[in-house]
Amino acid sequence: MNPWLLLIIPIASAVIIQLGLKRNATASALLSTLSVASTFIIAYLLLGKEVSTAPIEWINIAGLKLDIGLQLDSLSKGMMIVVTAIGMLVHVFSLGYMKDDEAKARYFGCLSLFMFSMTGIVLASNFVMMFIFWELVGLSSYLLIGHWYHKDSAADAAKKAFLTNRIGDFGFMIGILMLWGIMGTVVFADMDGSKLSLLCTCLTGTVVLLIFCGAVGKSAQLPLHVWLPDAMEGPTPVSALIHAATMVAAGVYMMARLFLSLGITPDTAELIGSAPQVIAWVGAITSLLAALMATQQNDIKKILAYSTLSQLGYMVMAVGLVDANAGMFHLYTHAWFKALLFLGSGAVIYACHHEQDIWKMGGLFGKMKITAITFIIGTMALTAVPGTSGFFSKEGILHAAHESNQALFYIAVIVAALTTFYMFRLIFVAFFGKAKNEHAEHAKEVAPVMWIPLALLAIMAFASPFLGKLIPATEGYHPHLGFEINVVTIASLLAFAVGFIAALILYKGKTSDPVNIPLFRNKFYFDELYAWIIKIFQDALAAIVHFFDAFIINAMIIGGLTRSAVGIGNIFRRYAQSGSISGYAFLMAVGALLIIFFTVFASK
Amino acid sequence: MPTPSLNEYLIISGLLFAIGLGGVIIRRNIIVIFMCLELMLAAASLTLVAFSRFNVTDKGLPDYDGQMLVFFIITVAAAEVAVGLAIIVSLYRARQSIHTDELTSLRG
Repeated sequence: MNPWLLLIIPIASAVIIQLGLKRNATASALLSTLSVASTFIIAYLLLGKEVSTAPIEWINIAGLKLDIGLQLDSLSKGMMIVVTAIGMLVHVFSLGYMKDDEAKARYFGCLSLFMFSMTGIVLASNFVMMFIFWELVGLSSYLLIGHWYHKDSAADAAKKAFLTNRIGDFGFMIGILMLWGIMGTVVFADMDGSKLSLLCTCLTGTVVLLIFCGAVGKSAQLPLHVWLPDAMEGPTPVSALIHAATMVAAGVYMMARLFLSLGITPDTAELIGSAPQVIAWVGAITSLLAALMATQQNDIKKILAYSTLSQLGYMVMAVGLVDANAGMFHLYTHAWFKALLFLGSGAVIYACHHEQDIWKMGGLFGKMKITAITFIIGTMALTAVPGTSGFFSKEGILHAAHESNQALFYIAVIVAALTTFYMFRLIFVAFFGKAKNEHAEHAKEVAPVMWIPLALLAIMAFASPFLGKLIPATEGYHPHLGFEINVVTIASLLAFAVGFIAALILYKGKTSDPVNIPLFRNKFYFDELYAWIIKIFQDALAAIVHFFDAFIINAMIIGGLTRSAVGIGNIFRRYAQSGSISGYAFLMAVGALLIIFFTVFASK
Repeated sequence: MPTPSLNEYLIISGLLFAIGLGGVIIRRNIIVIFMCLELMLAAASLTLVAFSRFNVTDKGLPDYDGQMLVFFIITVAAAEVAVGLAIIVSLYRARQSIHTDELTSLRG
């Protein structure tokens, strides 16, 4: 199987849909689904095989050689499985969820474009190619968040996501350029980590942190996390695929790729100064704040969005603890169960006629057995019930934190407790108790095209850690899959118990929220703060621009030129245009003399 | 009596020209200014003739190009005098003055 097909099939599907099948929604949906299914098969066949592809030369000028090539190692192959398998299930789910959408063809075309871009990120053999696809996923994310663009909130959310990502990408770009300056290459396989030891850690650390800026934007870490909750304005399958499982995890994947290329291990981490600590703290604080915000949200998708933020914070923290494999393992397990949770919420929203407020649901367990059970399985994996995939991967991160930084370990444990709390709050309110709304009263189980992906993902929520060769990590990585009684396990179980009991006491059978913490409900006022900062900056910038325009350009340059022309003209008028004929004759004589002087004498 | 050299001719011509120019600049009577202009033309003609006289060709004859030019100058000067005097006459009819101090309508 030619690995290039992984890139060609989805882009071909996107192009065909965009150019030819816009009017035929069913055909474009089927084409898109078929394309992602075939890429999944190809990605599966590539597993465990040594495949080498010749890169295509793109740019070759002095000092800069850029290829379009594929990086096929166990990290990228495993990631391809995550992307294509979840992509396939999401496509199938979308066949049901988007059945009656007016712009179904456009939706599936954008999904194919996203699959192409995401494949490009995963398989890119160098940073420039990765950056191009990095921007392309930003574009497809923009298009899909804004799918229902006639809603102002969706159009605004799409813009917000794009602009926020641009801020991070700017740092990412500078980081790539600096890395190129240090390494002399942007190709992952050609990077030589030992060159780092020749440089000051201030420089190498800056490079790593600048590249991390890209991850901060794409993986929605503080302070650029604000776009992800708003991105939930997009269709729910999109949230599952892009904003939970794959694209937002691209930042973690990219950092893992960077650390792998530079050969950064716990032994060589001091080469990049304090960058890992910064990364770990950014991840930890993101995960804590996002978990706190999640406890007070009422929109089922928003809760899951904050939960995604919080779990991404975990992964970034693992990367910062220089245990990228633990981060990637959590990314891998999280992708399955978070896609499950999002698709489950999609099924619930679909059954309740696009009602997203959990306080208007209730009692769904009896009416939507399959959805409810798979959702609870996803929750169990997310809250790290022993035996589920989330338990093993979260334990890996907790273990890494416990070994290197106690403060981060405690934050991670608190986040684990909060995760359990808000997820079971969601379950108690939405799936149990009485139906609080007519739509919830009459909710029915969704069609098989929607629950079959849920069931498959639920199986993966248990089975994923044991499918060792799928795990996107470095060659020879085996996650720890045992159950032992030690500090980490006890802390994890204790966190689960505390969160579960708190949720049970507070939310079992309630019809309105007994807890009201405005700070958490209003997302720590980040949006307001940013709006305020942007307003101040905008006003200041506008004032500066106005000053520049009114005083420098208008008054000094344009006005000054005209005024000096008038002034010089006045001088001539007053002193040269005397009206005296002899004066003119004298000036003419002087002029003639000067011309003779300059042409005959001065030119020698 | 020694034959004057080219330099002497040129000095005379320069002096004539300077006197003419000085007259044009300094004098106020427009008729005098006009005469001074003619003086400058004569100075130029003298230069041309002098150069013609001293630029001897291979055949031992002077180069007559300069003298030809002088005839042109005389012709043009005659026409110019006709036009110039006509202008002065009509100026006098319009302003009742040929004094340049009183002709200042070009003042800015």
